[in-house]
Amino acid sequence: MLGFALSLIATLLHAAFIFAAAPLLMGLVGKIRAWALGRRGAPVWQPYLLLYKLLRKSTLVPETATELFAVWPVAAFLAISLAALLVPSFCTGMLTADLSDFITLIGLFALARAATVLGGLETGFGFGGAGAGREILFSIFAEAALLVVLLGFVLLAHGATVDGIAVAFATQHIGISVSLGFALAALLAVALTETGRIPTDNPSGHLELAMVHEAMVLEYSGRFLLLFEYAAMLRLLLWMDLIGTIFLPFFMARADDVLSWPLGLLCWVVKLGLMVVILSLFEISTAKMRVFRVPEFLGASMLLGFLAGVFLFVAARIGL
Amino acid sequence: MSLTFSLAHLMGGIILLCGYSLLSQRRLAAMIMLYQMQACVLALAAFWQGYAQGEINLYLTGIITVALKGLLLPAGLREIVLRFNLVRAVESAMPMAMSLILGVGLIGIAVLVVLPSTMSAVSLTREDLAIALSVVLLGLLVMVTRRSALAQIIGFLSTENGLVLAAIGMPGMPFVAEFSVALLVLLAFLVVGIFLLRIREHFDTLDVTGIEAIERRGR
Repeated sequence: MLGFALSLIATLLHAAFIFAAAPLLMGLVGKIRAWALGRRGAPVWQPYLLLYKLLRKSTLVPETATELFAVWPVAAFLAISLAALLVPSFCTGMLTADLSDFITLIGLFALARAATVLGGLETGFGFGGAGAGREILFSIFAEAALLVVLLGFVLLAHGATVDGIAVAFATQHIGISVSLGFALAALLAVALTETGRIPTDNPSGHLELAMVHEAMVLEYSGRFLLLFEYAAMLRLLLWMDLIGTIFLPFFMARADDVLSWPLGLLCWVVKLGLMVVILSLFEISTAKMRVFRVPEFLGASMLLGFLAGVFLFVAARIGL
Repeated sequence: MSLTFSLAHLMGGIILLCGYSLLSQRRLAAMIMLYQMQACVLALAAFWQGYAQGEINLYLTGIITVALKGLLLPAGLREIVLRFNLVRAVESAMPMAMSLILGVGLIGIAVLVVLPSTMSAVSLTREDLAIALSVVLLGLLVMVTRRSALAQIIGFLSTENGLVLAAIGMPGMPFVAEFSVALLVLLAFLVVGIFLLRIREHFDTLDVTGIEAIERRGR
Protein backbone atom coordinates (compact mmCIF):
# COMPACT_ATOMS: atom_id res chain seq x y z
CA MET A 1 0.00 0.00 0.00
CA LEU A 2 2.75 2.38 0.99
CA GLY A 3 4.65 1.38 -2.11
CA PHE A 4 1.66 2.19 -4.29
CA ALA A 5 1.17 5.56 -2.62
CA LEU A 6 4.83 6.41 -3.04
CA SER A 7 4.89 5.48 -6.70
CA LEU A 8 1.70 7.50 -7.20
CA ILE A 9 3.39 10.51 -5.62
CA ALA A 10 6.49 9.92 -7.74
CA THR A 11 4.39 9.76 -10.88
CA LEU A 12 2.57 12.98 -10.00
CA LEU A 13 5.88 14.69 -9.21
CA HIS A 14 7.28 13.47 -12.51
CA ALA A 15 4.25 14.85 -14.36
CA ALA A 16 4.47 18.18 -12.54
CA PHE A 17 8.19 18.51 -13.24
CA ILE A 18 8.07 17.71 -16.92
CA PHE A 19 5.12 19.97 -17.66
CA ALA A 20 6.67 22.82 -15.69
CA ALA A 21 10.24 22.38 -16.91
CA ALA A 22 9.67 21.86 -20.64
CA PRO A 23 9.50 25.57 -21.58
CA LEU A 24 12.43 26.34 -19.26
CA LEU A 25 14.53 23.78 -21.13
CA MET A 26 13.74 25.44 -24.44
CA GLY A 27 14.62 28.82 -22.95
CA LEU A 28 17.92 27.48 -21.64
CA VAL A 29 18.88 26.08 -25.04
CA GLY A 30 18.15 29.45 -26.61
CA LYS A 31 20.09 31.31 -23.93
CA ILE A 32 23.20 29.16 -24.13
CA ARG A 33 23.09 29.31 -27.92
CA ALA A 34 22.95 33.10 -27.73
CA TRP A 35 25.82 33.22 -25.23
CA ALA A 36 27.99 30.98 -27.34
CA LEU A 37 27.36 33.28 -30.28
CA GLY A 38 28.34 36.29 -28.19
CA ARG A 39 24.84 37.69 -27.84
CA ARG A 40 22.85 38.42 -24.75
CA GLY A 41 19.83 36.34 -25.76
CA ALA A 42 16.25 36.32 -24.56
CA PRO A 43 15.64 35.56 -20.87
CA VAL A 44 15.32 31.87 -20.03
CA TRP A 45 11.62 32.28 -19.17
CA GLN A 46 10.86 33.61 -22.64
CA PRO A 47 9.01 30.41 -23.70
CA TYR A 48 6.61 30.84 -20.76
CA LEU A 49 5.90 34.37 -21.96
CA LEU A 50 5.39 33.03 -25.48
CA LEU A 51 2.87 30.49 -24.25
CA TYR A 52 1.09 33.17 -22.20
CA LYS A 53 0.97 35.48 -25.19
CA LEU A 54 -0.50 32.75 -27.37
CA LEU A 55 -3.09 32.01 -24.68
CA ARG A 56 -4.38 35.57 -24.83
CA LYS A 57 -4.34 35.97 -28.59
CA SER A 58 -7.44 35.30 -30.62
CA THR A 59 -7.57 32.02 -32.49
CA LEU A 60 -8.23 32.26 -36.18
CA VAL A 61 -9.47 29.45 -38.37
CA PRO A 62 -8.81 29.74 -42.11
CA GLU A 63 -11.85 29.69 -44.36
CA THR A 64 -10.58 26.73 -46.37
CA ALA A 65 -10.10 24.54 -43.30
CA THR A 66 -12.48 21.75 -42.33
CA GLU A 67 -13.99 21.13 -38.91
CA LEU A 68 -11.07 18.85 -38.07
CA PHE A 69 -8.72 21.87 -38.04
CA ALA A 70 -9.12 22.10 -34.25
CA VAL A 71 -8.62 18.40 -33.65
CA TRP A 72 -5.01 18.07 -34.82
CA PRO A 73 -3.29 20.35 -32.30
CA VAL A 74 -5.12 18.63 -29.46
CA ALA A 75 -4.27 15.19 -30.78
CA ALA A 76 -0.59 16.06 -31.24
CA PHE A 77 -0.37 17.58 -27.79
CA LEU A 78 -2.12 14.66 -26.11
CA ALA A 79 0.05 12.05 -27.82
CA ILE A 80 3.25 13.87 -26.86
CA SER A 81 2.19 14.49 -23.28
CA LEU A 82 1.21 10.85 -22.88
CA ALA A 83 4.62 9.80 -24.20
CA ALA A 84 6.29 12.27 -21.84
CA LEU A 85 4.40 10.75 -18.91
CA LEU A 86 5.59 7.27 -19.85
CA VAL A 87 9.33 7.99 -20.04
CA PRO A 88 10.90 8.00 -16.58
CA SER A 89 12.64 11.19 -15.56
CA PHE A 90 14.21 11.08 -12.11
CA CYS A 91 13.06 7.70 -10.82
CA THR A 92 12.21 4.25 -12.07
CA GLY A 93 9.28 2.15 -10.95
CA MET A 94 6.56 4.74 -11.42
CA LEU A 95 2.96 3.76 -11.97
CA THR A 96 3.49 4.10 -15.72
CA ALA A 97 6.48 1.72 -15.68
CA ASP A 98 4.69 -1.26 -17.19
CA LEU A 99 3.07 0.87 -19.87
CA SER A 100 6.29 2.51 -21.03
CA ASP A 101 6.83 0.05 -23.83
CA PHE A 102 9.26 1.35 -26.43
CA ILE A 103 6.92 0.35 -29.23
CA THR A 104 4.09 2.27 -27.58
CA LEU A 105 6.39 5.28 -27.53
CA ILE A 106 7.18 4.90 -31.21
CA GLY A 107 3.44 4.68 -31.87
CA LEU A 108 2.76 7.82 -29.86
CA PHE A 109 5.47 9.69 -31.74
CA ALA A 110 3.92 8.53 -34.99
CA LEU A 111 0.47 9.63 -33.81
CA ALA A 112 1.70 13.10 -32.90
CA ARG A 113 3.52 13.35 -36.21
CA ALA A 114 0.46 12.22 -38.16
CA ALA A 115 -1.68 14.83 -36.39
CA THR A 116 0.85 17.58 -37.15
CA VAL A 117 1.12 16.50 -40.78
CA LEU A 118 -2.65 16.44 -41.22
CA GLY A 119 -2.83 19.85 -39.56
CA GLY A 120 -0.32 21.10 -42.09
CA LEU A 121 -2.35 19.70 -44.97
CA GLU A 122 -5.62 20.97 -43.55
CA THR A 123 -5.78 24.36 -45.21
CA GLY A 124 -4.36 23.15 -48.51
CA PHE A 125 -1.77 25.88 -48.91
CA GLY A 126 1.64 25.20 -50.39
CA PHE A 127 4.07 25.49 -47.51
CA GLY A 128 2.01 23.29 -45.21
CA GLY A 129 1.97 20.61 -47.86
CA ALA A 130 5.71 20.91 -48.48
CA GLY A 131 6.46 20.70 -44.76
CA ALA A 132 4.14 17.73 -44.37
CA GLY A 133 5.78 15.91 -47.26
CA ARG A 134 9.23 16.42 -45.78
CA GLU A 135 8.12 15.37 -42.33
CA ILE A 136 6.73 12.12 -43.74
CA LEU A 137 9.91 11.53 -45.74
CA PHE A 138 12.02 11.92 -42.59
CA SER A 139 9.70 9.89 -40.43
CA ILE A 140 9.95 6.77 -42.59
CA PHE A 141 13.67 6.56 -41.89
CA ALA A 142 13.46 7.81 -38.32
CA GLU A 143 10.92 5.19 -37.31
CA ALA A 144 12.82 2.41 -39.02
CA ALA A 145 15.98 3.51 -37.20
CA LEU A 146 14.13 3.55 -33.88
CA LEU A 147 12.81 0.04 -34.41
CA VAL A 148 16.25 -1.29 -35.31
CA VAL A 149 17.81 0.38 -32.27
CA LEU A 150 15.07 -1.10 -30.13
CA LEU A 151 16.15 -4.56 -31.29
CA GLY A 152 19.55 -3.99 -29.69
CA PHE A 153 18.02 -2.80 -26.42
CA VAL A 154 15.68 -5.76 -26.20
CA LEU A 155 18.54 -8.17 -26.80
CA LEU A 156 20.55 -6.55 -24.01
CA ALA A 157 17.86 -5.84 -21.44
CA HIS A 158 15.44 -8.72 -22.15
CA GLY A 159 12.47 -6.37 -22.10
CA ALA A 160 11.02 -3.59 -24.18
CA THR A 161 9.81 -1.14 -21.54
CA VAL A 162 11.92 1.98 -21.13
CA ASP A 163 11.72 1.51 -17.38
CA GLY A 164 12.93 -2.07 -17.62
CA ILE A 165 15.78 -1.08 -19.96
CA ALA A 166 16.87 1.65 -17.53
CA VAL A 167 16.81 -0.75 -14.57
CA ALA A 168 18.67 -3.44 -16.51
CA PHE A 169 21.36 -1.04 -17.73
CA ALA A 170 21.80 0.46 -14.28
CA THR A 171 22.02 -2.76 -12.30
CA GLN A 172 23.40 -5.47 -14.56
CA HIS A 173 27.00 -5.26 -15.58
CA ILE A 174 26.57 -4.75 -19.26
CA GLY A 175 29.64 -2.57 -19.52
CA ILE A 176 30.35 -0.23 -22.36
CA SER A 177 29.79 -2.27 -25.44
CA VAL A 178 30.33 -1.17 -29.01
CA SER A 179 26.69 -1.92 -29.73
CA LEU A 180 25.53 0.64 -27.18
CA GLY A 181 27.81 3.25 -28.73
CA PHE A 182 26.29 2.62 -32.14
CA ALA A 183 22.79 2.66 -30.66
CA LEU A 184 23.53 5.99 -28.99
CA ALA A 185 24.75 7.52 -32.23
CA ALA A 186 21.67 6.26 -34.06
CA LEU A 187 19.31 7.47 -31.35
CA LEU A 188 20.93 10.91 -31.26
CA ALA A 189 20.40 11.32 -35.00
CA VAL A 190 16.76 10.32 -34.67
CA ALA A 191 16.30 12.60 -31.65
CA LEU A 192 17.69 15.60 -33.54
CA THR A 193 15.28 14.93 -36.38
CA GLU A 194 12.28 14.27 -34.18
CA THR A 195 12.74 17.41 -32.13
CA GLY A 196 13.45 19.46 -35.25
CA ARG A 197 16.87 20.68 -34.17
CA ILE A 198 19.54 22.07 -36.41
CA PRO A 199 21.09 19.55 -38.77
CA THR A 200 17.70 18.58 -40.14
CA ASP A 201 15.40 21.49 -39.32
CA ASN A 202 15.93 24.95 -37.91
CA PRO A 203 13.59 25.73 -35.02
CA SER A 204 14.26 29.46 -35.17
CA GLY A 205 14.37 29.79 -38.93
CA HIS A 206 11.55 31.36 -40.83
CA LEU A 207 12.77 30.84 -44.35
CA GLU A 208 9.77 29.15 -45.92
CA LEU A 209 11.73 26.96 -48.30
CA ALA A 210 13.73 25.34 -45.52
CA MET A 211 11.06 24.93 -42.87
CA VAL A 212 9.68 21.57 -41.87
CA HIS A 213 7.90 21.75 -38.54
CA GLU A 214 7.31 25.48 -38.70
CA ALA A 215 5.79 25.17 -42.15
CA MET A 216 3.13 22.77 -40.95
CA VAL A 217 1.94 24.96 -38.09
CA LEU A 218 2.11 28.16 -40.13
CA GLU A 219 -1.68 28.51 -40.39
CA TYR A 220 -2.31 27.97 -36.71
CA SER A 221 -2.68 30.82 -34.26
CA GLY A 222 -3.68 31.50 -30.69
CA ARG A 223 -4.43 28.50 -28.52
CA PHE A 224 -3.97 25.97 -31.30
CA LEU A 225 -0.46 27.26 -31.87
CA LEU A 226 0.10 27.16 -28.11
CA LEU A 227 -0.65 23.44 -28.13
CA PHE A 228 1.80 22.84 -30.98
CA GLU A 229 4.51 24.96 -29.35
CA TYR A 230 4.05 23.32 -25.99
CA ALA A 231 4.13 19.90 -27.66
CA ALA A 232 7.44 20.84 -29.30
CA MET A 233 8.91 21.85 -25.93
CA LEU A 234 7.64 18.66 -24.30
CA ARG A 235 9.13 16.65 -27.15
CA LEU A 236 12.57 18.10 -26.53
CA LEU A 237 12.37 17.25 -22.82
CA LEU A 238 10.96 13.84 -23.63
CA TRP A 239 13.85 12.93 -25.90
CA MET A 240 16.42 14.19 -23.41
CA ASP A 241 14.72 12.09 -20.74
CA LEU A 242 14.70 9.07 -23.01
CA ILE A 243 18.39 9.30 -23.85
CA GLY A 244 19.30 10.16 -20.26
CA THR A 245 17.29 7.26 -18.89
CA ILE A 246 18.66 4.66 -21.26
CA PHE A 247 22.28 5.68 -21.59
CA LEU A 248 22.91 7.47 -18.29
CA PRO A 249 20.78 5.54 -15.79
CA PHE A 250 23.18 6.39 -12.97
CA PHE A 251 21.80 7.40 -9.58
CA MET A 252 18.20 7.13 -10.71
CA ALA A 253 15.89 6.95 -7.72
CA ARG A 254 13.51 4.10 -6.96
CA ALA A 255 9.89 5.18 -6.68
CA ASP A 256 9.33 3.13 -3.51
CA ASP A 257 12.34 4.59 -1.73
CA VAL A 258 11.71 8.21 -0.75
CA LEU A 259 15.21 8.75 0.54
CA SER A 260 16.72 8.19 -2.90
CA TRP A 261 14.53 10.84 -4.52
CA PRO A 262 16.62 13.95 -3.77
CA LEU A 263 19.73 12.39 -5.30
CA GLY A 264 17.69 11.18 -8.27
CA LEU A 265 16.24 14.64 -8.82
CA LEU A 266 19.62 16.28 -8.53
CA CYS A 267 21.14 13.89 -11.04
CA TRP A 268 18.20 14.41 -13.38
CA VAL A 269 18.78 18.15 -13.32
CA VAL A 270 22.52 17.66 -13.90
CA LYS A 271 21.87 15.28 -16.81
CA LEU A 272 19.40 17.66 -18.43
CA GLY A 273 21.77 20.59 -17.94
CA LEU A 274 24.60 18.65 -19.53
CA MET A 275 22.48 17.67 -22.51
CA VAL A 276 21.22 21.24 -22.95
CA VAL A 277 24.79 22.54 -23.07
CA ILE A 278 25.87 19.84 -25.53
CA LEU A 279 22.83 20.42 -27.74
CA SER A 280 23.34 24.19 -27.81
CA LEU A 281 27.03 23.92 -28.62
CA PHE A 282 26.34 21.30 -31.29
CA GLU A 283 23.70 23.49 -32.85
CA ILE A 284 25.94 26.50 -33.25
CA SER A 285 28.81 24.42 -34.62
CA THR A 286 26.95 22.76 -37.49
CA ALA A 287 24.95 24.00 -40.42
CA LYS A 288 21.55 22.86 -41.49
CA MET A 289 21.53 19.99 -43.91
CA ARG A 290 19.93 20.08 -47.31
CA VAL A 291 16.48 18.55 -47.10
CA PHE A 292 17.34 15.70 -49.43
CA ARG A 293 20.44 14.83 -47.42
CA VAL A 294 18.36 14.11 -44.34
CA PRO A 295 17.10 10.68 -45.47
CA GLU A 296 20.74 9.74 -46.02
CA PHE A 297 21.64 10.96 -42.53
CA LEU A 298 18.78 8.97 -41.03
CA GLY A 299 19.54 5.99 -43.25
CA ALA A 300 23.08 5.99 -41.87
CA SER A 301 21.69 6.04 -38.36
CA MET A 302 19.45 3.13 -39.24
CA LEU A 303 22.46 1.21 -40.48
CA LEU A 304 24.27 2.05 -37.24
CA GLY A 305 21.38 0.59 -35.28
CA PHE A 306 21.62 -2.41 -37.55
CA LEU A 307 25.34 -2.72 -36.79
CA ALA A 308 24.59 -2.62 -33.07
CA GLY A 309 22.27 -5.57 -33.64
CA VAL A 310 24.92 -7.40 -35.71
CA PHE A 311 27.52 -7.09 -32.96
CA LEU A 312 25.03 -8.28 -30.34
CA PHE A 313 23.83 -11.24 -32.36
CA VAL A 314 27.32 -12.42 -33.16
CA ALA A 315 28.45 -11.95 -29.58
CA ALA A 316 25.43 -13.89 -28.34
CA ARG A 317 25.96 -16.72 -30.83
CA ILE A 318 29.61 -17.16 -30.07
CA GLY A 319 29.01 -16.75 -26.37
CA LEU A 320 31.16 -13.77 -25.62
CA MET B 1 33.59 -6.62 -17.17
CA SER B 2 36.63 -4.66 -16.18
CA LEU B 3 37.26 -1.03 -16.90
CA THR B 4 40.25 -1.94 -19.06
CA PHE B 5 38.09 -3.92 -21.40
CA SER B 6 35.22 -1.42 -21.43
CA LEU B 7 37.35 1.60 -22.21
CA ALA B 8 39.42 -0.17 -24.86
CA HIS B 9 36.21 -1.34 -26.38
CA LEU B 10 34.64 2.10 -26.32
CA MET B 11 37.62 3.67 -28.04
CA GLY B 12 37.59 0.93 -30.65
CA GLY B 13 33.92 1.68 -31.19
CA ILE B 14 34.59 5.40 -31.64
CA ILE B 15 37.37 4.66 -34.13
CA LEU B 16 35.04 2.40 -36.09
CA LEU B 17 32.33 5.06 -35.95
CA CYS B 18 34.77 7.62 -37.36
CA GLY B 19 35.73 5.22 -40.13
CA TYR B 20 32.10 4.65 -40.94
CA SER B 21 31.22 8.34 -41.00
CA LEU B 22 34.22 8.88 -43.25
CA LEU B 23 32.31 6.84 -45.77
CA SER B 24 29.28 9.10 -45.62
CA GLN B 25 31.08 12.43 -45.98
CA ARG B 26 31.02 14.44 -49.16
CA ARG B 27 33.33 17.28 -48.23
CA LEU B 28 37.10 17.09 -47.97
CA ALA B 29 37.24 19.28 -44.86
CA ALA B 30 34.87 16.97 -43.02
CA MET B 31 36.83 13.90 -44.12
CA ILE B 32 40.10 15.37 -42.88
CA MET B 33 38.44 16.37 -39.63
CA LEU B 34 37.08 12.85 -39.13
CA TYR B 35 40.46 11.34 -39.91
CA GLN B 36 42.06 13.61 -37.34
CA MET B 37 39.49 12.58 -34.73
CA GLN B 38 40.08 8.94 -35.52
CA ALA B 39 43.82 9.34 -35.12
CA CYS B 40 43.44 11.18 -31.81
CA VAL B 41 41.15 8.50 -30.38
CA LEU B 42 43.62 5.91 -31.63
CA ALA B 43 46.39 7.67 -29.73
CA LEU B 44 44.21 7.66 -26.60
CA ALA B 45 43.57 3.95 -27.08
CA ALA B 46 47.31 3.37 -27.39
CA PHE B 47 47.97 5.26 -24.16
CA TRP B 48 45.24 3.31 -22.41
CA GLN B 49 46.57 -0.03 -23.65
CA GLY B 50 50.05 1.03 -22.62
CA TYR B 51 48.77 1.76 -19.14
CA ALA B 52 46.78 -1.48 -18.99
CA GLN B 53 49.53 -3.73 -20.33
CA GLY B 54 52.32 -1.82 -18.60
CA GLU B 55 54.21 -1.44 -21.88
CA ILE B 56 56.30 1.68 -22.37
CA ASN B 57 56.41 1.05 -26.12
CA LEU B 58 52.70 1.65 -26.46
CA TYR B 59 53.12 5.14 -24.99
CA LEU B 60 55.64 5.80 -27.72
CA THR B 61 53.17 4.52 -30.30
CA GLY B 62 50.58 6.88 -28.88
CA ILE B 63 52.94 9.85 -29.04
CA ILE B 64 53.92 9.03 -32.63
CA THR B 65 50.26 8.61 -33.56
CA VAL B 66 49.16 11.91 -32.09
CA ALA B 67 52.11 13.86 -33.48
CA LEU B 68 52.17 12.30 -36.91
CA LYS B 69 48.59 11.37 -37.67
CA GLY B 70 46.75 13.64 -35.29
CA LEU B 71 48.59 16.84 -36.19
CA LEU B 72 51.09 16.58 -39.02
CA LEU B 73 49.20 14.63 -41.68
CA PRO B 74 45.87 16.50 -41.31
CA ALA B 75 47.79 19.78 -41.49
CA GLY B 76 49.48 18.51 -44.64
CA LEU B 77 46.17 17.44 -46.14
CA ARG B 78 44.62 20.83 -45.39
CA GLU B 79 47.66 22.49 -46.93
CA ILE B 80 47.17 20.44 -50.10
CA VAL B 81 43.48 21.38 -50.25
CA LEU B 82 44.37 25.02 -49.77
CA ARG B 83 47.32 25.18 -52.13
CA PHE B 84 45.79 23.17 -54.94
CA ASN B 85 42.57 25.12 -54.52
CA LEU B 86 40.65 21.88 -54.79
CA VAL B 87 36.93 21.55 -55.27
CA ARG B 88 35.87 20.94 -51.70
CA ALA B 89 33.13 18.46 -52.51
CA VAL B 90 34.20 14.94 -53.39
CA GLU B 91 32.46 13.06 -56.13
CA SER B 92 31.68 9.50 -55.26
CA ALA B 93 31.70 6.63 -57.72
CA MET B 94 28.46 5.14 -56.42
CA PRO B 95 25.42 6.46 -54.59
CA MET B 96 26.18 7.30 -50.97
CA ALA B 97 23.45 5.03 -49.60
CA MET B 98 24.89 2.14 -51.58
CA SER B 99 28.35 2.63 -50.14
CA LEU B 100 26.92 2.90 -46.61
CA ILE B 101 25.09 -0.39 -47.02
CA LEU B 102 28.26 -1.95 -48.42
CA GLY B 103 30.08 -0.61 -45.36
CA VAL B 104 27.68 -2.37 -43.02
CA GLY B 105 28.14 -5.54 -45.04
CA LEU B 106 31.93 -5.26 -44.71
CA ILE B 107 31.72 -4.78 -40.95
CA GLY B 108 29.45 -7.81 -40.75
CA ILE B 109 31.96 -9.85 -42.75
CA ALA B 110 34.83 -8.68 -40.54
CA VAL B 111 32.95 -9.70 -37.39
CA LEU B 112 31.91 -13.03 -38.85
CA VAL B 113 35.44 -13.83 -40.00
CA VAL B 114 37.38 -12.72 -36.95
CA LEU B 115 35.23 -13.90 -34.06
CA PRO B 116 34.99 -17.61 -34.96
CA SER B 117 38.59 -17.90 -36.15
CA THR B 118 40.00 -16.58 -32.88
CA MET B 119 37.96 -18.69 -30.48
CA SER B 120 41.00 -19.53 -28.38
CA ALA B 121 42.16 -15.95 -27.82
CA VAL B 122 41.10 -13.77 -24.91
CA SER B 123 37.96 -11.80 -25.60
CA LEU B 124 39.80 -8.51 -25.16
CA THR B 125 41.72 -9.00 -28.38
CA ARG B 126 38.95 -10.76 -30.28
CA GLU B 127 36.43 -7.94 -30.54
CA ASP B 128 39.22 -5.43 -30.94
CA LEU B 129 40.51 -7.43 -33.87
CA ALA B 130 37.06 -7.50 -35.43
CA ILE B 131 36.82 -3.73 -35.07
CA ALA B 132 40.32 -3.23 -36.46
CA LEU B 133 39.59 -5.39 -39.49
CA SER B 134 36.35 -3.45 -40.03
CA VAL B 135 38.25 -0.15 -39.97
CA VAL B 136 40.74 -1.53 -42.51
CA LEU B 137 37.97 -2.70 -44.82
CA LEU B 138 36.06 0.58 -44.48
CA GLY B 139 39.21 2.50 -45.39
CA LEU B 140 39.58 0.35 -48.49
CA LEU B 141 35.94 0.99 -49.36
CA VAL B 142 36.53 4.74 -49.07
CA MET B 143 39.43 4.36 -51.51
CA VAL B 144 37.21 2.47 -53.91
CA THR B 145 34.19 4.76 -53.79
CA ARG B 146 35.87 8.16 -54.13
CA ARG B 147 36.96 9.77 -57.36
CA SER B 148 39.22 12.40 -55.85
CA ALA B 149 42.79 11.29 -55.25
CA LEU B 150 42.97 13.18 -51.98
CA ALA B 151 39.90 11.39 -50.61
CA GLN B 152 41.54 8.13 -51.62
CA ILE B 153 44.61 9.08 -49.59
CA ILE B 154 42.42 9.73 -46.59
CA GLY B 155 40.94 6.28 -47.05
CA PHE B 156 44.43 4.81 -47.21
CA LEU B 157 45.48 6.61 -44.03
CA SER B 158 42.35 5.42 -42.26
CA THR B 159 43.19 1.86 -43.31
CA GLU B 160 46.52 2.26 -41.60
CA ASN B 161 44.75 3.46 -38.45
CA GLY B 162 42.93 0.14 -38.40
CA LEU B 163 46.23 -1.72 -38.61
CA VAL B 164 47.66 0.22 -35.69
CA LEU B 165 44.49 -0.47 -33.72
CA ALA B 166 44.99 -4.18 -34.28
CA ALA B 167 48.62 -3.89 -33.25
CA ILE B 168 48.05 -2.06 -29.97
CA GLY B 169 45.34 -4.47 -28.87
CA MET B 170 47.72 -7.41 -29.24
CA PRO B 171 50.03 -7.95 -26.28
CA GLY B 172 53.61 -8.54 -27.31
CA MET B 173 53.59 -6.77 -30.66
CA PRO B 174 57.15 -5.59 -31.23
CA PHE B 175 57.54 -1.85 -31.26
CA VAL B 176 59.82 -1.94 -34.28
CA ALA B 177 56.98 -3.20 -36.43
CA GLU B 178 54.64 -0.40 -35.38
CA PHE B 179 57.35 2.19 -35.77
CA SER B 180 58.19 1.05 -39.26
CA VAL B 181 54.52 1.08 -40.22
CA ALA B 182 54.24 4.67 -39.00
CA LEU B 183 57.34 5.68 -40.94
CA LEU B 184 56.05 3.87 -43.98
CA VAL B 185 52.85 5.85 -43.87
CA LEU B 186 54.74 9.11 -43.64
CA LEU B 187 56.88 8.12 -46.62
CA ALA B 188 53.82 6.98 -48.55
CA PHE B 189 52.16 10.29 -47.78
CA LEU B 190 55.16 12.21 -49.14
CA VAL B 191 55.32 10.06 -52.26
CA VAL B 192 51.61 10.43 -52.85
CA GLY B 193 51.88 14.17 -52.28
CA ILE B 194 54.44 14.44 -55.08
CA PHE B 195 52.30 12.12 -57.16
CA LEU B 196 49.31 14.42 -56.64
CA LEU B 197 51.42 17.34 -57.77
CA ARG B 198 52.22 15.49 -60.99
CA ILE B 199 48.59 14.49 -61.58
CA ARG B 200 47.60 18.06 -61.13
CA GLU B 201 50.27 19.39 -63.45
CA HIS B 202 49.07 17.09 -66.19
CA PHE B 203 45.31 17.12 -65.80
CA ASP B 204 44.55 20.29 -63.80
CA THR B 205 42.42 18.19 -61.47
CA LEU B 206 42.74 15.46 -58.88
CA ASP B 207 39.84 13.52 -60.29
CA VAL B 208 41.33 10.20 -61.31
CA THR B 209 38.73 9.50 -63.99
CA GLY B 210 40.98 11.37 -66.41
CA ILE B 211 43.73 8.83 -65.85
CA GLU B 212 41.32 5.98 -66.44
CA ALA B 213 40.30 7.51 -69.79
CA ILE B 214 43.94 7.72 -70.89
CA GLU B 215 44.50 4.16 -69.81
CA ARG B 216 41.59 3.00 -71.96
CA ARG B 217 42.88 4.93 -74.96
CA GLY B 218 46.32 3.41 -74.54
CA ARG B 219 45.03 -0.12 -74.78
